[in-house]
Amino acid sequence: MSEYMSGTDSERKTMLAKMDYQAMDQLFHDVPTKVRLNRDLELPMPLSEMELARHMKALANRNVTTGEYSCFLGAGAYDHYIPSAVDHVISRSEFYTAYTPYQPEVSQGTLQAIFEYQTMVCELTGMDVANASVYDGATAIAEAANMACRIIRKREIIISRTVNPQYRKTLHTYARFNGQRVVETDYQGGATDIAALESKINSETAAIVIQNPNFFGAIENVKEIAALAAKNNILLITSVDPISLGVLKPPGEMGADIVVGEGQSMGNSLSFGGPYLGFFAAKGKYLRQMPGRIVGQTVDGKGNTGFVLTMQTREQHIRREKATSNICSNQALNALAATVYLTLMGKQGLREVASLCLQKSHYAYKRLTDNEAFTSCFPQPFFKEFTVKSRYPLNELNHKLLADEIIGGYDLGRDYPELENCWLLAVTEKRSREEIDRLVKKAVEKI
Amino acid sequence: MSQRLIFEVGKPGRKGYSLPKCDVPVRVIDEIVPEEYLRNSDPELPQVSEVDAIRHFTALSRLNYGVDSGFYPLGSCTMKYNPKINEDVSRLEGFSGVHPALPDCAVQGCLELLYKMDLMLAEITGMARVSLQPAAGAHGELSGLMIMRAYHEHNKEEQRKKIIIPDTAHGTNPASAAMVGYEVIEVKTDSRGNVNPAELRQLMSEEVAGLMLTNPSTLGLFEENIIEVAEIVHNSGGLLYYDGANLNAIMGITRPGDMGFDIVHLNLHKTFSTPHGGGGPGSGPVGVKKELVPFLPTPVIQYRDGHYMRDYEQPLSIGQVKSFYGNFAVVVKAYAYIMTMGAAGLRNVSETAVLNANYLMNKLKEYFHLPYERTCMHEFVLSGQTQKEKGVSTLDMAKRMMDYGFHPPTVYFPLIVKEAMMFEPTETENREVLDEVAEILLHIAREVEESPELVKGAPYRTPIGRLDEVKAVREPVLKWTPPRKNNE
Repeated sequence: MSEYMSGTDSERKTMLAKMDYQAMDQLFHDVPTKVRLNRDLELPMPLSEMELARHMKALANRNVTTGEYSCFLGAGAYDHYIPSAVDHVISRSEFYTAYTPYQPEVSQGTLQAIFEYQTMVCELTGMDVANASVYDGATAIAEAANMACRIIRKREIIISRTVNPQYRKTLHTYARFNGQRVVETDYQGGATDIAALESKINSETAAIVIQNPNFFGAIENVKEIAALAAKNNILLITSVDPISLGVLKPPGEMGADIVVGEGQSMGNSLSFGGPYLGFFAAKGKYLRQMPGRIVGQTVDGKGNTGFVLTMQTREQHIRREKATSNICSNQALNALAATVYLTLMGKQGLREVASLCLQKSHYAYKRLTDNEAFTSCFPQPFFKEFTVKSRYPLNELNHKLLADEIIGGYDLGRDYPELENCWLLAVTEKRSREEIDRLVKKAVEKI
Repeated sequence: MSQRLIFEVGKPGRKGYSLPKCDVPVRVIDEIVPEEYLRNSDPELPQVSEVDAIRHFTALSRLNYGVDSGFYPLGSCTMKYNPKINEDVSRLEGFSGVHPALPDCAVQGCLELLYKMDLMLAEITGMARVSLQPAAGAHGELSGLMIMRAYHEHNKEEQRKKIIIPDTAHGTNPASAAMVGYEVIEVKTDSRGNVNPAELRQLMSEEVAGLMLTNPSTLGLFEENIIEVAEIVHNSGGLLYYDGANLNAIMGITRPGDMGFDIVHLNLHKTFSTPHGGGGPGSGPVGVKKELVPFLPTPVIQYRDGHYMRDYEQPLSIGQVKSFYGNFAVVVKAYAYIMTMGAAGLRNVSETAVLNANYLMNKLKEYFHLPYERTCMHEFVLSGQTQKEKGVSTLDMAKRMMDYGFHPPTVYFPLIVKEAMMFEPTETENREVLDEVAEILLHIAREVEESPELVKGAPYRTPIGRLDEVKAVREPVLKWTPPRKNNE
């Protein structure tokens, strides 16, 4: 007998008999014989709870984890500190076993948490409105590009090569099928080449996409790019690291029109790439063109304040093929984790985390480049990630570091042929001076 | 009873975190980063202690209703019980603490799990391979339709730009089709709840890329003409797309691949018991028949020479549809579920889900209009039109159900049934629960007769009453505004 069904075989027989059926098979008489399976599915033999726990543990033990190794790898997913209370909140089954809050009277918990999340995203980014989140940082850019094309009524998107390669690939995939053209623009000294960018803007351009800090870790001149966009009556989409906003100027203050980003850093575990969340915010005038769920405040018949899903005429269940997007979920539990994270860190904590990232990454950068084995790649200021050029082949270096229980940086040569042996390292608040010193010692030792 | 916003709790200087002191030499920030790039004022985030935060979110959780709270018969959503061991195993450090950009050799456990899950889902659906990258059902649909379009383009059939979708389909079907540049043609459902083959034959042409179908349909009925439908579509060069929202009805009984479907998306958060999370994260794997495998998103996980690896060398692939490899932690839970159930268990799930739905439908059809009088699959649709004639709507009755401690069914969907109520009890409920629910619904039907005003004013016992949705749209308040900004 299988687990997780509360009825027994004899109860099932009784229920069948009550409906005048003799056998279970009769319930499936509408399924044509020709398409019946008529054999058992070929699946592994079922495991008991204890056996399952053992099996899963054995699989888990075959992975390298940031709990046991010192992690200097980022490139879109970061080993930040997650306060214990975050998991306690998202483990409350009233949150995680609920569906989408379509019935607001019994969903005020989820709805209010999303309203608080939207507020925090607006506060961080300096934007007017935020949605309840999308799948991740990559799809957030694809959705933002779509939105920009609708607003400007043009079909071309210019994206900087300093944007995360996976985000660019995702944008290319979406654009190929919905009739948009994506043009990539080059960098100069580790940041978007603004002159090159300007030369690419034409009468078909709808938006510019940049990332700040960019994939190399460098801080972009957002203000100048925003001015360029405004001058040409096109939109600026900025993808941003939310932790950096503890110290860096919010994109909203620098003229961005749509601000998106990967929210994993805010209280979500690495989990081999997901689930994460994409945050999504915009200027108020673009509210009705936004994709995704939005929660609004209202009142009940007695004047009590409450929250509902709102602006739903943008969405697929009402508008079908005319919707602003096909998305019909948000990463609600991940957004809740982000909300709890930002609540616990608060004003002061976020600044402190950001400052620690800044100080430690600069310490690591200095220590590495003090050795002749590693040289500086780009002159730009950076936040928590930076790029150095190694004298040593990176594949070999990273594998040797793994043997010393250190997760080394990202090999930029994988995505940028011109950046062979350029090593992208992330240093979060979790790395101690001792760990950084050990990384430097082991990395230099190899050479 | 409203809960104060977190921003209205707390005082300046209160802290809910503890961080170590900076152990590297501290430099002045504007020496590292030019001042023009720095933030002038802090964001208005809460300033609360850990206990304040925990009490706040605990209070919020208590305003919610989940599967663990009670019966949750949302049709087409498959709100089955979410096993606790699956939550535990997904949180093992060996999964939750794994960086996605680590080399293959350092993540063999994760890759093995993804590879085996791919093959198990392929077996369950009758497909050749399955990509676990899509993040949700709608995302799986989008990826599946991209595959369809890439396939036709590869075969030099760029003119196939239309897609046929039944009038009972989920709203995501036409929305996803529009996002891949398809024009949507609607096919009507006949009086038995099937796609009308004659009409379908007329709609098919060399401009049609394929048909999207949910089977069982959103009416909870198995498509009786499925063999003929598949033939019609294939004979004119189209592909058959399976919306897997309702797979819970047929596991081990029949498979989309055997019915003739070429592309399938699944919802791990429905059929395979991963929790819905209040609206996400989900997971929407997309599976395909052999000739479509080259078009799957990259990377594809392969097993070669005793090692698992991420394969990016797929020249015909549609490419990446999101970062990394999908909602991995969700896949872990669904994998654990299948490993627990096995073949017989999954078949038992579907049989019991269908049994429970028929049992409840038989009890309710005396009091509510049943528009399609057939054996249902895992869900069924009633119409509240009899009650509507007395001035009480389906929405009123749904709200009244909350007063009796149950979550309402899906309402006003599918669109072709007036005052629709779509019940999906799932296999995890027992007979007593179904009997009790039937009792309550009969009681509500009686209330409609005897005291309609009572039902129209419901709910009374929920944390808040019916909310003014028109006001929410007309005067949008989409975030909290700090007092200082109000004064500006």
